Amino acid sequence: MNNREIILGRIREALKIAAPHPALHDGTGTTTPLPASPQKWLPPVGGTLEEQIELFRRNAEDLKAEFRECTSANEAGQYLKKLALAGGWKKIGRHSGELTDPVARELGLPEVRTDGGYAVNDLESCDAGLTECEALVAQTGSVLVSAPSAGGRALSVLPPHHVVLARRNQMVPDLTAALQRVQEKFKDKFPSFLSFISGPSRTGDIERILVLGAHGPKKLTILLLP
Amino acid sequence: MNAHARTFNEAARQQTADLRQRAWIQTALSGYYAKRDEFKNRFQSWPAARDTAAAIKWEAVNHLDRYLDEFASRLEARGTSVFWAPDAQAARDYIVGVAREHQVRSIIKSKSMTAEEIHLNDALEQAGFEVVESDLGEYIVQLRHEPPYHLVFPAMHLTRQQISNLFHDRLGSAPTDNPEDLTMIARRVMRRKYCEADMGISGANFAIAETGMISITENEGNARLTTSLPKVHVAIVGIEKVLPRLSDLALFLPMLATAGAGQPITCYNTLYGGPRQPGEPDGPEEFHVVLLDNRRTELLADAEQREALHCIRCGACLNVCPIFKNVGGHSYGTTYQGPIGSVITPHLRGLQDWKHLSQASSLCGACTETCPVKINLHHHLLHNRRNAVRERPARFEKLIQTAFVFVMRRPRLYEWIGRFGRILQPLQRLVRGTLLDPLRAWTKTRSFPPVAEKSFRELWRERKKP
Ligand code: SF4
Repeated sequence: MNNREIILGRIREALKIAAPHPALHDGTGTTTPLPASPQKWLPPVGGTLEEQIELFRRNAEDLKAEFRECTSANEAGQYLKKLALAGGWKKIGRHSGELTDPVARELGLPEVRTDGGYAVNDLESCDAGLTECEALVAQTGSVLVSAPSAGGRALSVLPPHHVVLARRNQMVPDLTAALQRVQEKFKDKFPSFLSFISGPSRTGDIERILVLGAHGPKKLTILLLP
Repeated sequence: MNAHARTFNEAARQQTADLRQRAWIQTALSGYYAKRDEFKNRFQSWPAARDTAAAIKWEAVNHLDRYLDEFASRLEARGTSVFWAPDAQAARDYIVGVAREHQVRSIIKSKSMTAEEIHLNDALEQAGFEVVESDLGEYIVQLRHEPPYHLVFPAMHLTRQQISNLFHDRLGSAPTDNPEDLTMIARRVMRRKYCEADMGISGANFAIAETGMISITENEGNARLTTSLPKVHVAIVGIEKVLPRLSDLALFLPMLATAGAGQPITCYNTLYGGPRQPGEPDGPEEFHVVLLDNRRTELLADAEQREALHCIRCGACLNVCPIFKNVGGHSYGTTYQGPIGSVITPHLRGLQDWKHLSQASSLCGACTETCPVKINLHHHLLHNRRNAVRERPARFEKLIQTAFVFVMRRPRLYEWIGRFGRILQPLQRLVRGTLLDPLRAWTKTRSFPPVAEKSFRELWRERKKP
């Protein structure tokens, strides 16, 4: 018998005796079926796109992320120029994409592209990482990225400033919808990496005091394009 | 009393006498209480969310064979090596084997209580590998050669001065009392480690059966770097971490963050479904998932206490526990501290050796009330007590009980004992708390309530007199 069979065998043996269902604890004696979506219990989200964008804006602010609506890739590029000037950026990391290409062109800084692989030290020395995403989640202010939409795993976490470019139609109301969206898109060909990013990296490990920029980015900027 | 119980008693006695430390833990947790309540209140229904979470974990744990099999098969289908470890030794040997095979020079590790449970770092270091903890709190306790103080906040017992001194001694950094500067010192050290490390070790918060992915929750980004840059990634996962569906995360991620840290959502919630796939620019060439049993199946076999496997290790029960807050995380001497640790350690490491933890409870039920997956924690402490006595009857306690029953059945005798107590009490006061005091076990830290001057029966008789 191999280990897999040993452990599965132990489990099957153990499960021969049924455990009481948790609903039985409260003495009601009935087990209610699970709701189709837990959304009913989670923090509420407005129905319209405008409401969702507003909620996302508030949540992003609470998470200490910067959120900004832009009317075009040009405007986004112009805005990044300002950030680059203020932050003294010399080099950015990015991947190729429908949104990143025109914005990076406008920005016009030397770049490290992660598309076909990269040297870790090159990416580490970048001042910002520019990526796209799968979805923005209004309920939590999170950005859902994946390996294909964010130039791999490290681009969105290694440089000290992460800039996300998203389209309005990528805004989804809640986590359930975000997960559903990637499930429909990838079916069973999932990328090896998916991440909900909610604000810049942080820690409270010293005296439970919030410090931004623990190991990942110190800043997160989310630009919403039409 | 066994050695573990003696160590626990001694450590608990010292810690509870340390008023400064107790006040410090209270302060460290005060912000958490406020934030936890704020974000709980944003839920449309926190109680219903708990019911649902409990039902989902019940479903997962009570069909564990099916879901684990599905989880492992899906991971394997996309090139992950899944190792089923019946015990800690098998898991350690496997991971050391992977490190040897790749002749790794340095290993970076993100926070994993499961790795603590099997003492993975010791095993790797003995085999000659350098392992660096990348989570800030874990790094601090690693530098101090200490186990984590708390499941979720490993260094919560330390002040910034202590951490500054530690960094000064061990890393040669300039002293500072600014938490941000201290964080940046660790950040700089760690950056070099990420780029050099050729193996990354992580834990997992959830194992998603439906899609064959592990989910890691963290704030710092250290787990993301640990799993992105090194060419080998090993994740160690307890078999109870399973969730049936990907969509279950929509509930569990915000609940874990709210209950565990008083956050609406943790900064990074990341899913890993394999090593680097074709067309992806980075990620490890090899991804190993170690599924650890290590006596979890024994807990599973106990239908009455099976739900202790529903635990998502959020740490909420520690944060509200009056025992934890007074005796502190290190007194327990276990990997898992607080109420959940007291419940499961007897199963994982032996009932007779660890039954004393189930006595260290006021049975206030604060843990049960706060647990996001509704584990009936304080009832399980009672179950442990009962099981321990069933297995090995406590003769002395039995004798006392018999004597108690004997007296309670005899009102006259009871009355005489009361009178006797009234006479003896002034004498006892002379020796209170000293070695001569027969009530010393109680009176050395507490006062003994005075025996009433007149018993109820006496008062009753007086009133009935005309
Ligand atoms: S027992 Fe409940 S409250 Fe305690 S750590 Fe586990 S999930 Fe959290």
